[in-house]
Amino acid sequence: MSQAEKLKQGQFTNPETPGYVGFANLPNQVHRKSVKKGFEFTLMVVGESGLGKSTLINSLFLTDLYPERIIPGAAEKIERTVQIEASTVEIEERGVKLRLTVVDTPGYGDAINSQDCFSTIIAYIDDQFERYLHDESGLNRRHIVDNRVHCCFYFISPLGHGLKPLDVQFMKAIHNKVNVVPVIAKADTLTLRERERLKRRILDEIDEHGIKIYHLPDAESDEDEDFKEQTRILKASIPFAVVGSNQQIEAKGKKVRGRLYPWGVVEVENPEHNDFLKLRTMLITHMQDLQEVTQDLHYENFRSERLKRGGRLSSHGYILPLSPATVVHMKTQHLS
Amino acid sequence: GGDTPRMGHFNSSLEDHTRDHGFFGYVGIEAVLDQMRHKAMKTGFEFNVMVVGQSGLGKSTLMNTLFKSKVSRKSCTPDYEEKIHKTVHLQSVSHVIEEKGVKMKLTIIDTPGFGDQINNENCWDPIEKYINVQYEEYLKEELSINRKRRIPDTRVHCCVYFLPPSGHWLRPIDVEFMKRLGKIVNIVPVIAKADTLTIEERLEFRDRIKRDLEAYEISVYPQKEYDQDVEDQILNDKIREKIPFAVVGTDKEHQVNGNKILGRKTKWGIIEVENVAHCEFSDLRDLLIRSHLQDLKDITHNIHYETYRVRRLNEIKMNGIGLSPLMLVNSGSEKDDAGNHV
Repeated sequence: MSQAEKLKQGQFTNPETPGYVGFANLPNQVHRKSVKKGFEFTLMVVGESGLGKSTLINSLFLTDLYPERIIPGAAEKIERTVQIEASTVEIEERGVKLRLTVVDTPGYGDAINSQDCFSTIIAYIDDQFERYLHDESGLNRRHIVDNRVHCCFYFISPLGHGLKPLDVQFMKAIHNKVNVVPVIAKADTLTLRERERLKRRILDEIDEHGIKIYHLPDAESDEDEDFKEQTRILKASIPFAVVGSNQQIEAKGKKVRGRLYPWGVVEVENPEHNDFLKLRTMLITHMQDLQEVTQDLHYENFRSERLKRGGRLSSHGYILPLSPATVVHMKTQHLS
Repeated sequence: GGDTPRMGHFNSSLEDHTRDHGFFGYVGIEAVLDQMRHKAMKTGFEFNVMVVGQSGLGKSTLMNTLFKSKVSRKSCTPDYEEKIHKTVHLQSVSHVIEEKGVKMKLTIIDTPGFGDQINNENCWDPIEKYINVQYEEYLKEELSINRKRRIPDTRVHCCVYFLPPSGHWLRPIDVEFMKRLGKIVNIVPVIAKADTLTIEERLEFRDRIKRDLEAYEISVYPQKEYDQDVEDQILNDKIREKIPFAVVGTDKEHQVNGNKILGRKTKWGIIEVENVAHCEFSDLRDLLIRSHLQDLKDITHNIHYETYRVRRLNEIKMNGIGLSPLMLVNSGSEKDDAGNHV
């Protein structure tokens, strides 16, 4: 039988190079399953009132998470302690679902005495770890929801000369529990020169105080040049100086998100005006890494500390610690 | 606290914002998936396959053919001698193979001695034990305080069971083995050395086997109850129609019409292994490697391993708190203060 006839009868499934097994297709199998499953991501935003956190979040995800917002006046603020408000949005793009939760922390830094304003926030982060540990240790693990905080944007005021004492204290209190990404808010208050100076100052202070912020991993040697360049630029721009806006302004004949001043329009998505796009790029291209670092570093730290302590686990029961003797016992146990 | 999430629905229209700003003009959620894929490729994969069947059914040859390299124990052991072993013992051989940048650590677990004795009662015990020991190792690591970031996975993802080409029915040993092990591992039965049967004989044999599998309630891969959605079901139904695959293995190449073809040469013709008109080797390869490799691992991890884990945790719980490792004693009816430390 001739080759042509054989092919016509469809007898050969793949006319291909000899020696090809086909497991190179495995990443595609994984890809397909991830698309079906979708993603969960939790982002926390922390910073004083009025730094544009809510506006920025809305700008980042082109959504309006706070449609009926009422800004509390000073009288109400005096009484307030730090609240935790979590909102969830489902974003779908090209068949991929992302379930994004934004955790806002209104009241942070508002009180006259902000001595204790972050204990609520830390308790929230720990509580999510605790819940995950509980679920992970349970008997039915089919539908574990991951509400752990994967990233924390910390908003720094552009008005000072660097970090405030509260900024330093807070970041040091959470840098072992969550990935901290410092952000300079309302960057349109500063000229470009002032921004550069402030960024350098902040980086120096972060170094000085031993604060561990999230480090973007270097691009691998086999990535394409574009990606490597992008990573270099992102790394060089930290901390990102951003501007957010919910308004569409007419500028240069088109509608842009921006802020209208008598002296001009600040465009949110113009990289020459601010680092908004860089922040968004960083968040999206590193979403998976942020999750991994949370899982492999912060969560595992929490878990080992927790297991060593043992004792009561929220309202769900006890965790019995795994003593070294028990570990040895398990290792020598054989199945009969 | 106010930590109940409010739900909102939204469809991103970042396309509207495509700008001419170089890299940062458009960033999509797809970028996350690309990163995942890239990372998966870098880390590599583990895949553990067990082969079970009597001597002489071509198990080693089939594995070599599947992975197009000498991965079986036979090919790797110097001074290898063909002999019947007195007991079933398991031997595993690992290789790291690479294709188009994707690295795979492939482990083949061979089970010489299975079904070869005069009295084969309980010859499946060592195999069952091996599979459970792998689950136990994984569980121990998962429970330990300072556990490894990537727990080494030695669990058996797939057990290829070789049926001799008798053309009749499943034998008692086949039924016993598949029934027991189908509960703890993914079983893929194959009709070995299928070139002994004509196409008609194969089809009849297959139908009888399928009827037997149903009658004895044997669970083989892909299991109907684990189909995730309609799409999966349609795909898997097609596979379920065709199993067990009738396979032929070889590592010899011959010239056929100017092409190098894997095949077995006889006086009456060349049996072309990768020719779907000759045998179903390609279907087996596609199932195990090209389309369902990840699924085999997922079912092992999410179903078989979880079943084992639940059983173990309950066993440990019932044996008394004094010996328990990390576990939760659920509050409610069991609010005891007795167990804060061991």
